[in-house]
This record gives sequence, C-alpha cells and structure tokens, in this order.
Amino acid sequence: MKYLYYPGCSLKSTGRPYDESLRAVFAALGIELTELDDWNCCGATAYASIDENQAFGLAARNLAIAEAAVTDGPPTIVAPCSACFLVLTKTQRYFEDYDHVRDGVTRELAAAGLTYRGHVKVRHPLDILIHDVGLPAIAKLVQHQMKGLHVASYYGCQVVRPFATFDDPLYPTSMDAIMRSLGAETVDWPLKTRCCGGSLSGTIKEAGLRLNQHLLVEALRKGSDLVVTCCPLCQFNLECFQKQINKNYDERISLPIMYFTQLMGLAFGIPEKELGIRRLFIDPLPVIGALKGGVPAHV
Amino acid sequence: MIGFLSTKHRNKNGSPSSGRIKKVVRRVKYESELDLGFGETIAERAYGQKLLSCIQCGTCSATCPLSYYMDFTPRRVIAMVREGFREEALNSFTIWLCASCYSCTVQCPRQIHITDVMYTLKREAIAREMFPRRYPIPILARGFFDIVHRNGRNSEGRLLLYLYLRTNILKIFQNTRLGLHLLRRGRMSVRQEKIHRKEDLRSILGAVSPTREEPRS
Amino acid sequence: MSEQNGEIRIGFYVCHCGHNIANIVDVAAVARYVAGLPHVVVSREYKYMCSDPGQELLRQDIHDHRLNRIVVASCSPLLHEQTFRTATAKAGVNPFYFQMVNIRENVSWVHEDPAEATLKARDLARAAVRRVAAHKALQPKTVSINPDVLVVGGGIAGIHAALTLANAGKKVTLVERAPTIGGHMAMFDKTFPTLDCAACILTPKMSAVKNHPNITLWTYAEVTKVDGFVGNYTVTVKHKPRYVKEDLCVGCLECIDACVYKEAKVPDEFNRGLGKRKPIYIPFPQATPQVVLIDPETCIAVKSGKCKRTCVEKCDRLAIDLDQKESFDEITVGTIILATGFKTFDPKRVSYYGYGRYPNVYISLEAERLINASGPTSGELILRDGRRPKTVGIVHCVGSRDKNTHRWCSRTCCMYSLKLAHLLKEHSGAEVYNFYIDIRAAGKAYEEFYDKLLEENVHFIRGRVAEVTDWAVIPEEEGKLIIRVEDTMIGVVRRIPVDMVVLAVGMEPQSDAQEVRRLFNISCSTEGFFLERHPKLAPVDTFTDGIFIAGACQGPKDIPDSVAQAGAAAAQALMLIDSGEIKLEPNTAYLTEQNCSGCKSCINLCPYHAISYLDDKHRASINEALCKGCGTCVASCPSGAIHQNLFEDEEIYSEIDGLLAERSPESTAV
Repeated sequence: MKYLYYPGCSLKSTGRPYDESLRAVFAALGIELTELDDWNCCGATAYASIDENQAFGLAARNLAIAEAAVTDGPPTIVAPCSACFLVLTKTQRYFEDYDHVRDGVTRELAAAGLTYRGHVKVRHPLDILIHDVGLPAIAKLVQHQMKGLHVASYYGCQVVRPFATFDDPLYPTSMDAIMRSLGAETVDWPLKTRCCGGSLSGTIKEAGLRLNQHLLVEALRKGSDLVVTCCPLCQFNLECFQKQINKNYDERISLPIMYFTQLMGLAFGIPEKELGIRRLFIDPLPVIGALKGGVPAHV
Repeated sequence: MIGFLSTKHRNKNGSPSSGRIKKVVRRVKYESELDLGFGETIAERAYGQKLLSCIQCGTCSATCPLSYYMDFTPRRVIAMVREGFREEALNSFTIWLCASCYSCTVQCPRQIHITDVMYTLKREAIAREMFPRRYPIPILARGFFDIVHRNGRNSEGRLLLYLYLRTNILKIFQNTRLGLHLLRRGRMSVRQEKIHRKEDLRSILGAVSPTREEPRS
Repeated sequence: MSEQNGEIRIGFYVCHCGHNIANIVDVAAVARYVAGLPHVVVSREYKYMCSDPGQELLRQDIHDHRLNRIVVASCSPLLHEQTFRTATAKAGVNPFYFQMVNIRENVSWVHEDPAEATLKARDLARAAVRRVAAHKALQPKTVSINPDVLVVGGGIAGIHAALTLANAGKKVTLVERAPTIGGHMAMFDKTFPTLDCAACILTPKMSAVKNHPNITLWTYAEVTKVDGFVGNYTVTVKHKPRYVKEDLCVGCLECIDACVYKEAKVPDEFNRGLGKRKPIYIPFPQATPQVVLIDPETCIAVKSGKCKRTCVEKCDRLAIDLDQKESFDEITVGTIILATGFKTFDPKRVSYYGYGRYPNVYISLEAERLINASGPTSGELILRDGRRPKTVGIVHCVGSRDKNTHRWCSRTCCMYSLKLAHLLKEHSGAEVYNFYIDIRAAGKAYEEFYDKLLEENVHFIRGRVAEVTDWAVIPEEEGKLIIRVEDTMIGVVRRIPVDMVVLAVGMEPQSDAQEVRRLFNISCSTEGFFLERHPKLAPVDTFTDGIFIAGACQGPKDIPDSVAQAGAAAAQALMLIDSGEIKLEPNTAYLTEQNCSGCKSCINLCPYHAISYLDDKHRASINEALCKGCGTCVASCPSGAIHQNLFEDEEIYSEIDGLLAERSPESTAV
C-alpha cells in the first residue's frame, strides 16, 4: 500500500508525536508514505474567516501537487490532522459541487502554472486502517496485548464532520474498533465527538477550558485510564491545559492523552522513542505498564 | 443596542444584576431599519438557499457545544439573518464563538450549512470592522492569515506571540511555562516554517479578487 | 346515417371557456377560418361548449346539417373528451368520429400575445379537422367483472375494507402475512383523542372477519403472483408453514405449556422484544385466528429433530405437524385492495438519540406495550433496568421532517405523543416533557385533546432534541438520561434529566414496498408509499384499473383516516363489481396476425404485460384489456404488424399534414 502523506503544520510542532508514531506504525504495517513535495498550510478554520477564495486556492495547491505527483491511478492523500483533513476534503467536495469554486481555484492555480482536475482522494488514517488494512492485520502485529486498559477514544469534531463518509458523524466507532484489536477495553462515552473548542482555549479561555474540563471529567467518570485521540489540536487542548483546568475549576485531573497511533505503536512493540512518548506532558507508561499483561517497562 | 456589549451589564453569573433598577427600554423594529435582502445574500454566499427553509427547531443551538456562551443561540442568528436583522446578527458574539465543529451542519433537519453561514457572517463582520479592538478571535484569524499568506506554513509559536502582542500582552507571561514545556519537548519552536516555492503561492493567492462581503449600506 | 353517401360533413366548435380562452384567442376569427376548410359544414364559437346548451347545439347541428364528424376546440381532453363523445353518440354519430383540440392548456394559458395565440389555435384546429376526416368508427369492448375481491393486509384498513365488502354480499379473501390480523392497532393501548381502548374496539372487528361467511381469512400467507387485468385477476398465495394445522387447532394453548422449554426465552415480536415467548406460541391473547404456530428458528424439533415433542403428544386433536411445508393456492378475483400498512422508523439511524445503547430509551410502540394491561409488565410502568420513572421525555419528529432521514411529517406522532404523555402520567404520576417542533393537532377533537394535556400540566418544550446521553455534569443529573434541547420559546439551551425517553418514531413505507409495487404493477411516490391516481380526486385508485389502496401504505395516516380510506376503496371496488362490466378505451393496439414474424421484440417492451407469445401459432397476442394504448409496441414492431386504434398511420399523417399545410410562419404550434 502506498499513499501520499500530508502532515500539516501541527504535526511539525505541537503534534510531532503524532507524526512520529504514525510513520512508525504505518511502516510496521507495510504502508509506504511519501511526504507531499513542498506542501503548504491547509488554511485551517482561520484562513476562511478572512478570505474564502484564497482559502480554497491555498488548499488546492496541495491537491494539484498531489495530482501531478502520481501517474498510476488516482492519488490518495493521507491527512492525519483533523483540520487539514476537513479543509482538504471540503476543498475537494466544493470543487466538485460548485462551479464558482471550481472556476476560482482553476484560475488561482493557473497563475502559478498549476492545474487540478479533481482526482485526488483525501483520506484519514482511521479510514485507511479500518478499510484498507483491516482489523485482523492490525491484531496480528500486536505483541503486547493492552488487556485491562480502559481507553476513551476521542475523535473530536472535524474528522467525522461534515464530510467524512467512513464513520458515523456523531457516534463513530472506528478508533474504538482499532483499540479493541489491541486488546484494550473501550469506554462508551457520549462525548467522543464533542468539540474541544479548537483555538478558543487561547482566545476565550473560559469557554475553551470549560469544554475540555467536561471532556476530561466525563472520560474519567466512565472509568478511562487514558484518552486516545486522532487530532493534534484536541490532544494539545486536553493535555496541555490540565493544570489550568485543575486550578480554575478545582479539579485534580491527571489523565494521559495520547495519539491512537502511539498506543498502537506500543502494542506493536515499537520502541517508545520512535513514538514520541517522551514528548507528552503526562506520561502514559505508568498506567499502561501497571496493567497485567501490559507493556513491559523496558519498551 | 443588543449584542455582546450588553454583557457588561451582567454580573458574574450572567444574570442581570439584582441590585440595579433596570432601565426601561423601548424596543421596536421598523421594517425600514431592516436589510430585507440580507437573508438571501447570506444564503447565497453560504452555499445554497437552504438557509431560507429553516423551521426554527433549535437543533443547532442544542447540539452546539458553545451555545451556553452565546448572546443569541445559533437558531436566533439564523432567524435574524432571514429577516434582515443585519446589525444584530453581525454584532452577535455567537459568530465568533463558532469553533467549526459542524455538529449543527450534520444534524440540521433542513441540511442548512450553518457552519458556512457563520463563516460568511464572520467575513462580513471583518469586512465591516464590526468587532471590538483587541478582540482576540478575529485578531488570531488575521495573524494566522498573515503568517500563512507570507510563508505558506503556520508556526504556532509565532502565532501565539502575535496574538498576545495585539490583545493582552500580560497573557504572554501567564503562558510562559506552557511555552517552555512545549519547547523542551520539541513541540514548539520560534523558527518560522516556510515552503520552498513561495512565489507560486503568491501567484495563487493574488489571482482572484478576495472574497469581499461588500458593505451595502 | 353517419356516413351518408360517403360524404364527410364536419362540424367545428370553438369554446370561449368564459374568459379562459376568449381573452387571448380571437375565437370568432378561428371559427371564420375553419369555416373555409374542406368538408367543414358548420363552424361556430360558443361561450361554454361543455354546458347543456352547448351540447344541445352540437346535437341540433348534427341533426339539422347531417354532420358526421365533430371537432371541438376547448380545454384538455382529460376534462371533457368524454362529455363530447357522449353528446356525439347521443345524436347518432359514432363517438370516435369526434376529435378534440386543446386550445386552453396548450394555447391561451401559455401564450401572452393574442395574435400568435390565435394563429396557433387556427393551426391546431386545421390539423384536427384533417385528422377527424380519417377517423374510423370504433366499438368499445367490455369485460365482465369477477365479483370476488382480494384484500391484502389485515390491519385496521384491510379489516374494515373486507368487512364492508363482505357485508355488501361480496366474497372476500383477506391475506395477511403475520400469523394474526390486527396490525399495529392491536399493539396500541388506547386511541387518541377519545382514549378508548384499542383492543376493545378492534377485537370485535377481528372476530367478525374470522366468522363472516363471506370472508376467507388466510394469515401467515403472502401473495406471490398476480396475473390478469381488471375484473379478471388470478392471484397465487403462499401459505407459510406454521407447523400447526389451522383447521384442527382450537387455540386451547396446552401445547405451549407442554413445550420442553419450561421458560419463555425468545424475544416476543408482538411486545417488541420487551417480553418473552416460547418457540410454540400465539402472538397475543386475542390473536385471530386463535391458532398457535411454531417458530422454526428456535424450535428444537424443527431445527434438529432432537426433541421429545411434548407438544405433539399433548395435542389430542393431532393439530401439530412438524413436517408441514409451504403450500400454494390460486384464486381468481375481479378487484384487489392493498392495505399493506407501514413500518416504524428505526431510530438506530439517528445515533444521537442513543436508542439501543441506553436501555431506558424506548420507541413509542414499546411504550404502548409497557402501559398495556396485557403487555409484558401487565401495564406496570417498569423500565428495562427495573426502575419506575419519575420523569419522562417524549421526543417528537424522530425520523420525520428531517431531510437526513424522511422529509415528510408522519402526521400521527404529535397526537400519539400527547396520548402517551397522558397515559404515562396517569400510570406513574411522572413529570412528562414533550419536545416538539410544531404541534399538529388538526383532526376532529384533536386540538381539544392538546388543550386538555396543557391543563394537565404536561411540559411542552418547543425545540427539537439534539441528543440523549448519560453525561452528567452536576450531581442531580447522575444516573439519568440527559436531554439537550433549545427551549426556543425562551431562547435558552436546557439540559433536562429524565428516567425514560420515548422516541416518537415516524412512519415509513414497508421495507418490501417496492417488490409489492412490482407484483401488483402499481406505482410508488418518491417517498416509497403507494401512489394514488390523483392526490385529491382519486385518492384510493391506482394507475392499474381494479387495484385500490387504503391506509398507511399510501402515506402516514391515523386510524380514522385509514378506516375512511378503506371504506372508500371498498366503495370503488363495489362500483366496478355492481356495474358488472367495464368498458375499455378503444385506443388499444391490435395485431395483423399474418404480418407478425414472431420476433417477440414487443413483448418485453410492453410496460403493462399486455402482450404474450402464442407458442402454437408463433405469433404475439395482445390482450386488449391490459393494453393502455401507450403505443410502444406499435413503434417497435419491425414488421409493422401492430397498429393502434385512434392512432392509425393515416390519422397521424393527416394530422401532421393538416398542421403543416398553409401554416402561418409566425405560428408556434410546432
């Protein structure tokens, strides 16, 4: 299996552990990822708040590069960051659905000597793992069963809404299924796609922190040992603001928040160094290692 | 004036101050004060006329994780847009709180692209400069826009610096520890990320006229 | 008289239709123009040709001027072709020597320029005058109507239709696919707005069906094949094996006690899985017929043969037959009423309401069973987790008015939600919340019922529920189901903790509605419900003659409306039966046998299955009773062996020639 890889800006900074663990896990599964040449920022939500025409052009440059890069068959971009996945999918969808978007994008790209014909497929790692790789292949690689580990899968919003077709937009189950194939137990919690507030934690603190407090408290209330997520912004908000949340709302939360690919990597026996575990604020290894049949300390 | 400025007359709990005698306010809206084409304009810019088919069921408000903080629930903003209450809609705190989680969009029984409506209103408000100075959300958006426009990639460290310089410089110090933690773990850098072919990007971004929400009054 | 001396004598009449035509078309000019055309003896304009004096004028002219062809330029033939054909026939001229020109829908209503409109009307009139000269006299054929009726579906609509027809002395076969008749109504506790017990008003009708000398009741049976045409249908019915001989079983139920399963273990369909039954069972106490059946999926004897067969031993009447196979019956009927009902929306499609994940989320039908005295809890309101609810939330419009699921309003849910609110409060004293978008209480005494509920202090919160979760934010919410909704009247988002959620699920077409539609050769609307011939004026007819629809198979409906429709469908069937025969439109296709090469290309093209192949003659054969005159076979026949009455080549060419002859260059007629 070969795909183009679009890491996006976050996976180069706050989301580095995601980038590292995803590459390691995909390599273990025999999937070849080729980083998209000279990719640029997707534009996220903020760019479209200022100028939508430019936002489409910005995102489409990546699609055009991808289309030119692959000659055999339709090019597929794997976009792990939720915002990138959403923006690239939205650009692709609106390019297909709305004439004025297609015309605008075509003109913008032409100015840089690029063309786009609309052939790129944008997919999320969860989609690839469930539908192309399959759960049995994942289970086969597991060396350390995550028996007894209670995992809350947190999808956040933009991976499943509004354009993803690989899972239910409000009650997805793909990440849960992957976690179960690692031997872990998944908690059924209703907030798995409730928004973390995105950048609100930096702008309107009360709103942003409160959303994350709710997520953390509910995950704990349902008996989670840790939370796995597939979005760099969700991971950042849930993990890095725990101290502030504890202070502001008189909580005593210390819940490891890791990328689902990190837990997969640990289960596969990939050394933690390659998975960016040390980059996390809250070390998940004690809670994983403490479990019977969990990961031995030397990993 | 209704809108987010009215929040200053509220106490901490968000309820009207009990100690104060409330002023009598005469409230009437004359049709001549409304922008009667506003609904159709926004509907068109937000991809489709479905906006006009809103049945005011409130699903958007109830599914919205941020509606608790809004001065008008998303449903009321849609009603205002439809009926031409342009000033109220654009002055509303609601449009800035939208975090683009798309819950409303996927659950709306009329399939209205509510998130796109919020984006459209934000752009309209920015074009009309209808937001207070030092208001962090549009400033963050502008900062992000400028960085990406110039370099092709975002740099989270620089962006935060930009935000705090333009809103409340004191916040930098509150967040210094968080920044240091991230730096130490290799999850943030002050270096500016760039793409190689910046000239391509400049051509693309300069090729079409900006999405301009022309002020019409 | 009509073709005296072989001379063609045409009468032409142009109608004003009040102002409808005359305001745009210069009718006098049209009449003057047509008067100058060959064979036209009389040409007149008249205010309302369809009125009695208008028809009288036509008759008088036929008499006075010895007319033998008539052309009327007026409205659509759909409206008045029959009127003028009848008038023509009454004056002694074959009715098919009549031709109609539509200058209202095709001219005056769609054109704005009077000059252009008048030219177009002239051109169309000239074409008709040419055409009518080529017409042939035709004799409509009649077919006789078999007086027996098939009713498909044994819910309240099917029951009512069958009883109406049987009481009128007609022989009815009622086919129901479930093991008992009664349908959804049998599951209800009480009915709105009168709150009379559903079973009390339904079961007498069910036993009337069973005991009626004119009704043959076949339950656990399905129609598998339908052949024939109006008045003469041949229907094949499959009897599914119930492993019990229906004619021997008296419903003593001793076999059920004797079953090797001491405890009931299988989820019971009638109670929506809230109760349990044994592999040998009767759906509910008043099931009709009172005959047990065996579920082959769970019966050890049927599945593996390894059972002590205590039920067989117990039955002195030797009614149990574990080797029973499916069997088939063929019946002939003249008319068919489809009353196949609806399906409730599956709320698992809307994951955000938690149905199937939270045990205390119910659908409305389950709530009906929970409060029913003969239900799984004997009418005690006990939830799946054993608790008794102190607060109940009823969520309206689940799977209705939602473009993501079904766009339509299911019409019944508001009222049954009000009913359930009343009953749940009465049974448990619970606080009851209704979450609604709009209350639709537009039936007799419905609004009054709503008023009563408001006075009973049931909460009505105007807002569509966004989600049901077990997510507690404050201690008071622990252990509850949390309903998140915007109270749109107040403009604030509320979190309402409840013990029980009832989802007011909407009505959708049966999952096999498309197969049934094909079986009976009728149509479905885009929603998938059976399509009526006309939404207002032919609500129980279909586009296939002799097949009628009643009840919720045509669209969401409550009991009064279903019963009314069933009565209407029965009356439509009676009309056909009592007329004894039906006149067929003569515009059918016919075959010149010697020219048919037997290539069969027409057979598959016919949308009405009217053409068959005669193996002995190696020729096609057209059943005129089934032919609707669409002309597809005529156009497709490579040997030119198929012709069509009223659309003969000569007639069509004359019309075209007439249209193109001396055609005004400005005309928009072609």
